[in-house]
Amino acid sequence: MRILVVEDEPDLLSGLLQALREDGYAADGAADGEEGLFKAEAFDYDAIILDYMLPKMDGVHLLAGLRRTKRTPVLMLTARDAVKDRVCALDTGADDYLVKPFDLEELFARLRALIRRSAQQSQARLEVKDVVVDIASRTVQRAGETVALTAREYALVEYLAMHSGKLVTRSTLYEHLFDENESTLSNLLDVHVSNIRRKLGHDFITTRRGHGYFIDNGSGEPPL
Amino acid sequence: MIVESLRFRLQLWHGALLVLVLVGFAFTAYRAASADQTRRISEELDARMEDFFRPPFPVGEPPPPPEARGPAFAGPMPFGGRAWMDRLRTRVEELSSQTAGYYYVVYQEDGTILAKTQNTPAELPSRMAAPSPPTRPSRGFRGPRPPGQPITRAYARYRDVYRDLPGGEAVAVGRSIDADEAALRRLMLSFAFAGAGLLLFGLAGGWWLTSRAMRPIDVISETATKIAAGDLSQRIPSANSASELDQLVQVLNSTFDRLQSSFDRQSRFTSDASHELRTPISVMLSQIQLTLSRERTPSEYRDALHACQRAVQRMRRLTESLLVLARMDAGEEPLQRQRFDLTELVRDCVELSRPMAWENDVEFLCDLPHVEAVGDEDRLAQVILNLASNAIHFNTRGGKVRISVTRSDNSAQIKVSDTGPGIAGQDLPHIFERFYRADKSRSKSHGSSGLGLSICQSIVAAHGGSIDVHTVAGEGTTFVVTLPDAPDAPSLKPVCVA
Repeated sequence: MRILVVEDEPDLLSGLLQALREDGYAADGAADGEEGLFKAEAFDYDAIILDYMLPKMDGVHLLAGLRRTKRTPVLMLTARDAVKDRVCALDTGADDYLVKPFDLEELFARLRALIRRSAQQSQARLEVKDVVVDIASRTVQRAGETVALTAREYALVEYLAMHSGKLVTRSTLYEHLFDENESTLSNLLDVHVSNIRRKLGHDFITTRRGHGYFIDNGSGEPPL
Repeated sequence: MIVESLRFRLQLWHGALLVLVLVGFAFTAYRAASADQTRRISEELDARMEDFFRPPFPVGEPPPPPEARGPAFAGPMPFGGRAWMDRLRTRVEELSSQTAGYYYVVYQEDGTILAKTQNTPAELPSRMAAPSPPTRPSRGFRGPRPPGQPITRAYARYRDVYRDLPGGEAVAVGRSIDADEAALRRLMLSFAFAGAGLLLFGLAGGWWLTSRAMRPIDVISETATKIAAGDLSQRIPSANSASELDQLVQVLNSTFDRLQSSFDRQSRFTSDASHELRTPISVMLSQIQLTLSRERTPSEYRDALHACQRAVQRMRRLTESLLVLARMDAGEEPLQRQRFDLTELVRDCVELSRPMAWENDVEFLCDLPHVEAVGDEDRLAQVILNLASNAIHFNTRGGKVRISVTRSDNSAQIKVSDTGPGIAGQDLPHIFERFYRADKSRSKSHGSSGLGLSICQSIVAAHGGSIDVHTVAGEGTTFVVTLPDAPDAPSLKPVCVA
């Protein structure tokens, strides 16, 4: 999952980015509204954490600009808790709202819920064959036993499971699993996929050569 | 308590006054009617008395010669004697058949009754004592007494007119006054009924009037109750007239206006202050939660602590500024007002600001002739440092900050100019407001709380001085601080010139 954080307070931005990366997300940062809008339009983020008060372009204007082209889930962060500010943010197209100061745990829980909803999954547990992906606790179980996965492996499994039954291209996976600072080696994805197959069974992820990967959820082969 | 309510007491006074007026009127009217009746009865009885002596009744004529007397005698008759007595008796009988309702009585000289009509009441008073003789008693004279003046007598339910006759007898004409008293009673009764009606009507009218007069007061107290309950937006409806209550309403409304605006200012200030504290707290909270989520290397711990330190420094600056403002507002810590070397102070402040200027690639240009001023040196240093810091941060790279001091007759001026982009027109009226920031990003970059100019203004205002702002877009901004020497000079409002 790839997240964009738009926040002008440098210490808060770096803290959020680090916390997201440690949780297995790919995270990009933007320090002002213009940069934030540029990045939000350039990449397909799974969610955006957006500060309300930003230099150059405030959060609401950024959101209004973004909503003309994209439906990326947006969680607004703000120090303003007046009802009219909240109403304004939600009406402009924010999907959720969190008032500063906030708990990281709550922020991440809301983020997970946003991503799940945008992938049209209402459950926090995804079941594919004998594998259960628990989005809330970020664990994967196979036949009732927890399987140890690295953060990146988990992210890959979660993304494919959330879009199970659909073909996910390699470029999509690169875009959603690696942030802008990572030099993505072309075979890194193959390494992760083979590791996952070793842990969760060879037929858990199906390769469509030259196109990408998919997880068969029993509805048959996805169209190209 | 209803008894203590103004309306009830007004009504009570109203009712009492009304009763007094009605009773007074009824009493006077009754007295007048009663006096009029007495006078009417007296006149009536006088007339009846005259009837008694009307011809053919002979009064005061000499008796005719005996040969002239006949049975049909109707002429003059001498006083005294049997014939006279008979005549009197006959007259009473004559009148007895003619006049209904009146009685006639003739007393003899010795007080016994000579003649009386049938309807004479049993309670008839006895003959009145003869009036005392005139001044000079005439001995042996047995002449006719002069006819007495009619005297009105009242007894039981009767009234009569009594008159002494020349021959020593006396006549009384009277009648019952039952009918008259009944008429008076009827009058009294009608007064009572009318009075009761008027009283009820008056009380009802009074209640209505009182309610009408009290309605604005009710509205006032109702609105005041709502305001007391916390709804400061309530206003008492005013008719904009010159009435006393309306003037009170206008005074109250303007008081509420000021109350609300001061309350709003206060609550905005509090919410702004808490809002300013939220960002550093979020930084600390997220840094701490992130760092504690797993084992870290010493350098990671150090980085997190540095981030927390920056956040805490920011909160410290903010709380210190808030404290300064609160103290200035409360008027605590009076100014240490004394004459001091302003040039020296400005030079020190420039030296303190120089590292910041180098960092931002800004040059100081000073024009500092020797000038003295009166005021609190420490506080004014705060003002100068703040203005210098603003001039450095809101400047262009390679820009200049000019600082000069000048002296006029009774005040000293400090002028701080920058060569920055100037203050935008829409921001200019607000720059002295607490927490107002023209550009959020730049303020955050040098850790400003948005309180600097408010503090400057409070300090200068406490000195009785003023801060004027002149700004030209693209060329720069000049702040001029004027410090009067006289300690009690009136505080001046800041002047903003675009």
